[in-house]
Amino acid sequence: MTGAMILFLILAGLSIASSLLVIFQRNVVHSAVSLVATLFFIAILFVTLDAPMVGILQVLVYAGAIMVLFLFVIMLLHPGVLERRGVLWWGLGAVGAMLLIFELVPLLSESSWRAADQAPITGSFGSPEMLAQSLFTDFVLPFEIASVLLLVAILGAVVLAKREI
Amino acid sequence: MEDLSFLRLVPLIPLLGAALNVFLGMRLGRRNAGLLACACVAIAFFLSLWAFWSLPAGGVFKDTVFTWIESDPFQAQLSFRVDALTAVMLLVVTGVGLLIHIYSLGYMGHDEGMVRYFAYLNLFIFFMLLLVMADNLLLLFVGWEGVGLCSYLLIGFWYHDPTNTIAGNKAFIVNRIGDFGFLLGVLLLFWEMGSQGVWTVDFLELERNAHLLAPGKVTLITLLLFVGATGKSAQIPLYVWLPDAMQGPTPVSALIHAATMVTAGIYMTARLHFLFSMAPATLAVIATIGALTAFFAATIGVAQNDIKRVLAYSTVSQLGYMFLAVGVGAFATAIFHLFTHAFFKACLFLSAGSVIHGLQGEQDMRKMGGLKSYFPITYWTHLTAALAISGAPLTAGFFSKDQILWQAFASPAGSFWLWLLAWLTAGLTAFYMFRQLFLVFHGECKAEGHVRAHIHESPLVMTVPLILLALGSIVAGWLGPPEFMWESIWDPWLQPVFGVPEEVPHEPMIEGLLMVLTLGIAALGYYLAYVSYARARKIPEILSSWAGGTPYHCLLSKYYVDEIYDLLLVRPFTACSRWLADVFDLGVIDGAVNGVANRVKSNSLFWRQLQSGNVQHYLFGFLTGTLLILAYYLYR
Amino acid sequence: MVPLNYYLVLSAVIFAVGVAGVIIRRNIIVILMSIELMLNAVNLSFIAFARSLGSMEGQAIVFFVMTVAAAEAVVGLAIIISVFRHRQTLDPQEMQLLKW
Repeated sequence: MTGAMILFLILAGLSIASSLLVIFQRNVVHSAVSLVATLFFIAILFVTLDAPMVGILQVLVYAGAIMVLFLFVIMLLHPGVLERRGVLWWGLGAVGAMLLIFELVPLLSESSWRAADQAPITGSFGSPEMLAQSLFTDFVLPFEIASVLLLVAILGAVVLAKREI
Repeated sequence: MEDLSFLRLVPLIPLLGAALNVFLGMRLGRRNAGLLACACVAIAFFLSLWAFWSLPAGGVFKDTVFTWIESDPFQAQLSFRVDALTAVMLLVVTGVGLLIHIYSLGYMGHDEGMVRYFAYLNLFIFFMLLLVMADNLLLLFVGWEGVGLCSYLLIGFWYHDPTNTIAGNKAFIVNRIGDFGFLLGVLLLFWEMGSQGVWTVDFLELERNAHLLAPGKVTLITLLLFVGATGKSAQIPLYVWLPDAMQGPTPVSALIHAATMVTAGIYMTARLHFLFSMAPATLAVIATIGALTAFFAATIGVAQNDIKRVLAYSTVSQLGYMFLAVGVGAFATAIFHLFTHAFFKACLFLSAGSVIHGLQGEQDMRKMGGLKSYFPITYWTHLTAALAISGAPLTAGFFSKDQILWQAFASPAGSFWLWLLAWLTAGLTAFYMFRQLFLVFHGECKAEGHVRAHIHESPLVMTVPLILLALGSIVAGWLGPPEFMWESIWDPWLQPVFGVPEEVPHEPMIEGLLMVLTLGIAALGYYLAYVSYARARKIPEILSSWAGGTPYHCLLSKYYVDEIYDLLLVRPFTACSRWLADVFDLGVIDGAVNGVANRVKSNSLFWRQLQSGNVQHYLFGFLTGTLLILAYYLYR
Repeated sequence: MVPLNYYLVLSAVIFAVGVAGVIIRRNIIVILMSIELMLNAVNLSFIAFARSLGSMEGQAIVFFVMTVAAAEAVVGLAIIISVFRHRQTLDPQEMQLLKW
């Protein structure tokens, strides 16, 4: 049991726990906060996987911006009534999720993948330079399109959410 | 075989006349429409006369208009042929037809629908000419159906009265039943010939190849064809429409139901004589039915009180004679009787029409009487024709009827019993014809006062045809006398068509004896009629109330045949149709169709609930699909 | 070292939790958050593969996923606000007009 493995198991347990909290909390704000926690744990997992840039981005963008947006909207709408629960759907959802796990796990435990665990990597793997290099050479077109996408999203949101004048 | 292209004009000109009257008749006016119709038939008559004069002995004229059906190896032409037989029929149809057209100018002169009447009448002439001039079975069938149609149109001419339309329906429907048999016969003939390799309906081709057919098949074919003849020519069992057909105008009864259409059956058997000669069983059936019908109808005619009904049953009876002749193989004799019958029957009907016209529509003989002084010309023509039909010496009927009786007795296919029935019928014929004569023209006038005040003899346009027909009733028979009198023109004329008849050994002694017997029973008939009706009416009263009046009522009600048919055939059939329409059609067929639609509808009603509008339901569906695909990969 | 399979299994579990959240919860905002959970699980998978194969492409893809997730969250929330204005509810079962 190496240190990496222990670290992984702790992080894995924490992220699973917080994600379960997301879906089990009745209070929406609590769910949102649990989601922030999950995102944070996943960001740490990214860093352990030699993706520091993406990890930081995860915290900055995802946890920092998107979740804040979520919280804004929750506060704006402040629904007072707590939602009702339906037993049938709880059961079906739980069963469906269980089945999904039971089917995916065997598929993902293929022994053929074990071999490709550790490919040789350079020291700067996952650094901003490497990421930028990939982005601006191999993925420059998706990059440009992504910026247009963001513009469209902004415009769309503004139009959808404004009050009638 | 000579080609004569004016032949097609003979049927076409009456057709043209009918078309002109249909489209322009109203503008022409009633009188001109009638004159146009008469002119067209007159032209057809003169053309027929010309064809008749030009026809050499044993010759045939042909006129092929175009190829109608082309279906290798079968071909049917629209073509006309005139041989000795057709020439005779042409003269009868156009000649008698012309006289009746002229008569109709007077009879229908005050009728509102005169234009329509003449259009139908010309149309009828067209179809009848098509029938007799047809070169093949298909064209003959077209004419066959067409005359049935015109008969229906003309019987129900005064359509505002439902009795007339019902009579028209009856005629058409009963004819249709016969036509079904006829069509089956034609199809079977076509098929059988075809299976021998000969695909044709042409008469000449059929005659040449008739020997290829098996005797059993020929018997079946001829029996089916004869069924059609019983329908068209009113024999047992399909005669029931003819008495009802008297609802139509009297000239129609004269033309269609006496002289021409009803003879189509005889003509058809004569045309196909080569087939019928090959089937002695069928001929026996024909002879028996003919004789029975003759006797049966004569017994009914004795008791009828309507002037036209008597003549209708008389027609059925005389047609029976013609079929009797056909049945014993004497085709030329049958046609001879057809020829003479056209004259005297038309004359009888037209003179009855003259009386009806003069009495403003009265048809019940019990309300007539003593009309001799009011209708002199009508009386003498009626008397002449009555003498002719009952076979008085030297009249047309004498010669033709005697020929039939002789053939029935002496021919190899004939028998004593057939002769006996025919002989008794001759006596009955004399009786009922003279009963009619005495009831209508002699004795006291029993017409009502206001009718009597207006009785008048008919105008020239009606009496001249009567006179001409009466003359024909006498003279027409002189063409075919028996051997010991003078040379017959008739038989040699038709010999090329029918071939040499079977040698009926001529025994002048027996022929003479039979002739005397026939005259004897006719004389008995005259005497009985005289005693019963010209003098005091004791005998009829005694007879009609004999045995409780049942036999009399039975005869008066035509043996209840119509009622029996209604009970046994019409009602079950109607009930069956009713069931099919109400239960089967609505329930089963509509039910099946609607049922399919309902199944689809309920099915879709069930499945559309999948679209609940709830996004979470949809996502659950996604999940299920994904699980299934993963399971597939997992357990492959 | 931690084998690749462990990361993939973790990713699968988080994904399944997200799916359960979408199906079970009756608050539209929580559903949207569950969708974010699913996206993150997939991101984890990508990064793990990127490390395993030694290729930067995985990380670049994660970059784009994040971008798209941001755009999607923005528009989704805008729609929710708009619907809330009219319906005063966040229950997806109340938003069933597009049904049979």
